[in-house]
Amino acid sequence: MRLTELPLRQPAYVDLIDWSALTPSEGQRLREYGLCEGASVEALHHGGFLGKGPIACKVGRMTIAMRRTHAAAVTVRTGPDGVGSQDAPA
Amino acid sequence: MSALPLVALVGNPNAGKSALFNALTGARQKLGNYPGVTVERKAGRLALTDGRPVELVDLPGTYSLDPTSPDEQVTRDVILGKQDGEKRPDALVIVVDASNLDNHLRFALELIALGLPTVVALNMVDLATRDGLELDANILSRELGVPVISTVAVRKRGLDHLRQELDGLMNGAPRPYAGHGARDFDTVRAEARRIARAAIVRETPSRRLTAAVDRVLLHPVAGFVLLLALLFVMFQAVFSWASAPADMLEGWVTALGEAVTNTLPPGIVHDFLLQGVVGGVGAVIVFLPQILILFFFILILEATGYMARAAFIMDALMARVGLSGRAFIPLLSSFACAVPGIMATRTISDPKDRLTTILIAPLMTCSARLPVYGLIISAFIPARTVGWGIGLQGLVMFLLYVFGIVGALVAAWALRLTVTKGQSSGFLMEMPKYQWPRLQDLLIGLWQRAVIFLKRAGTIILFTNIVLWVLMSFPKAPDGVRQSEYSIAGRIAGGIHLLVEPIGFNRDISLALLPSMAAREVAVSAIATVYAIDAEDDVEALDKGLGERLQGRWSLATALAFLAWFVFAPQCISTIAVTRRETAGWKWTGFMVGYLFVLAYVAAGITYWTAIALGLG
Repeated sequence: MRLTELPLRQPAYVDLIDWSALTPSEGQRLREYGLCEGASVEALHHGGFLGKGPIACKVGRMTIAMRRTHAAAVTVRTGPDGVGSQDAPA
Repeated sequence: MSALPLVALVGNPNAGKSALFNALTGARQKLGNYPGVTVERKAGRLALTDGRPVELVDLPGTYSLDPTSPDEQVTRDVILGKQDGEKRPDALVIVVDASNLDNHLRFALELIALGLPTVVALNMVDLATRDGLELDANILSRELGVPVISTVAVRKRGLDHLRQELDGLMNGAPRPYAGHGARDFDTVRAEARRIARAAIVRETPSRRLTAAVDRVLLHPVAGFVLLLALLFVMFQAVFSWASAPADMLEGWVTALGEAVTNTLPPGIVHDFLLQGVVGGVGAVIVFLPQILILFFFILILEATGYMARAAFIMDALMARVGLSGRAFIPLLSSFACAVPGIMATRTISDPKDRLTTILIAPLMTCSARLPVYGLIISAFIPARTVGWGIGLQGLVMFLLYVFGIVGALVAAWALRLTVTKGQSSGFLMEMPKYQWPRLQDLLIGLWQRAVIFLKRAGTIILFTNIVLWVLMSFPKAPDGVRQSEYSIAGRIAGGIHLLVEPIGFNRDISLALLPSMAAREVAVSAIATVYAIDAEDDVEALDKGLGERLQGRWSLATALAFLAWFVFAPQCISTIAVTRRETAGWKWTGFMVGYLFVLAYVAAGITYWTAIALGLG
């Protein structure tokens, strides 16, 4: 499922990132935040009082915020095989 | 300064770099700018264990040496020795957040590979412990090949140790690391992760304070309401907390004026000191408490980590006018002053996003407008409550801020549809952990702001007042003619008056408009000087406060129009200068000045004529 659809506070890991949906600098920034295939991710908060806001999620040990358009480019997987898969090959 | 060895403090944003910088240098800091760019240069002196001084420079936080914004560019250029006006550092102190090793080590590895003498500060180990992490600095040091010191900057832990290591580096200890040359991003990331895993002795799940607090503060409705409430309290506090210290300062200014009167014989020197210097500059200085209270709030919001949350909350709204939540931070800083606000836009990577933010930043009510609002509100708005302990004066002040904000949002929306048209940029931001602000960091921040303000009062505001006093004092008016009208300044103001009469401005205001371009607060001191000169022979009038004198000469409609004018215009020279530098030319600067003047004129006109129609003239 997409990161936008991931229920709040359910641990998951990143399956695939559609880098082509992001600009080069957005892609670079997300990589620098540690978002990559195999990283653990957990959606924490959905923002937005007037309209749909950004999503705050935990990536590794860091909390980052991104718009839904970015989050939609990230496919995530939940389930037992996701646990501890940080070190799995990307 | 340049003869001293240079040590650069470098690391990811939110690694606690500035706190470490403050802890190492104390109040001995120098703020400046890198030539050609408006990125702030923060430097200070640090004594090594043997007493030798080195210069420590705090570089803007960045995630890699691949910059995506102007401030990150400076960090890269300084480290590579390519920045004008800065030599290449002799050593690096890399600051990493102990609880975010995976990420921060990747950048650290990139920096270590450059081969400069390096020491790593494993910072905020206390917060890592809070998060259930136990780390071994020795393993980290062995893996990285450079010394690693555990530090807690906010409690000064590990600082002596860090100084000792720097000592070793500066005394020509052999370079511990040869460097790898270029490696690709993924390789370095894998290496960083491996080292982080090795250094973590124990990792237990723990309470997550930040996530719990965020459930409330980032809640779509509650978070938004809390943000508004916070801003409201901030502006109420600016008014109510400041009154006692402001009265005290006013007392000192009055006493100084009396001292001048008592010691000097009547004459031109006496008039100059009393009307031009004490009267003019004193009228501005009394607003120091309000400005510091405002900065106090902004510094706390930044230090606690709330500022990033405010950006998160505001993103949806900002997206509607084509901006991102990131723009909210420079805009909030612009409430204190548009100059640091415009400088803070350098963290916005999208050029059109950044330009739009710069163009609307002057619409945020800066602290220099406080003296103007303060004077008019206290003179014309009764000091009573409107229920629930809310003061009417504070409420009017709040509304003026709201007009500025709404004006800015509408302007951004219009600009994004026309001159800064383009694809809306995204919003990507790190949410730092919550932290208690540290008193020393707050005091250093407030001290620096106070010095900047007093320097302005002592230089540009003083100078403008002196010029104004001369222009207003000569030639001497014959009996029966008001000096402020007969003087050179009065004649210039007469010309301006023709332009602003339709929007209800009187001659006093016309006279104040021009010098207020130098610094907005001068509008107050200029009016004060006008009345001081006109009241020269009228002892009774001199005893009255400035506000009281205004009541006699201005109608309420004029006062309101004057306030409306100041919501939108005129930007001070410093703002115009920083805009020119940041937009690299006069084109956008001229555009900004033009559209803001038009807005101000229209807003003042509408206010005046509406007030007249309501019978407030």
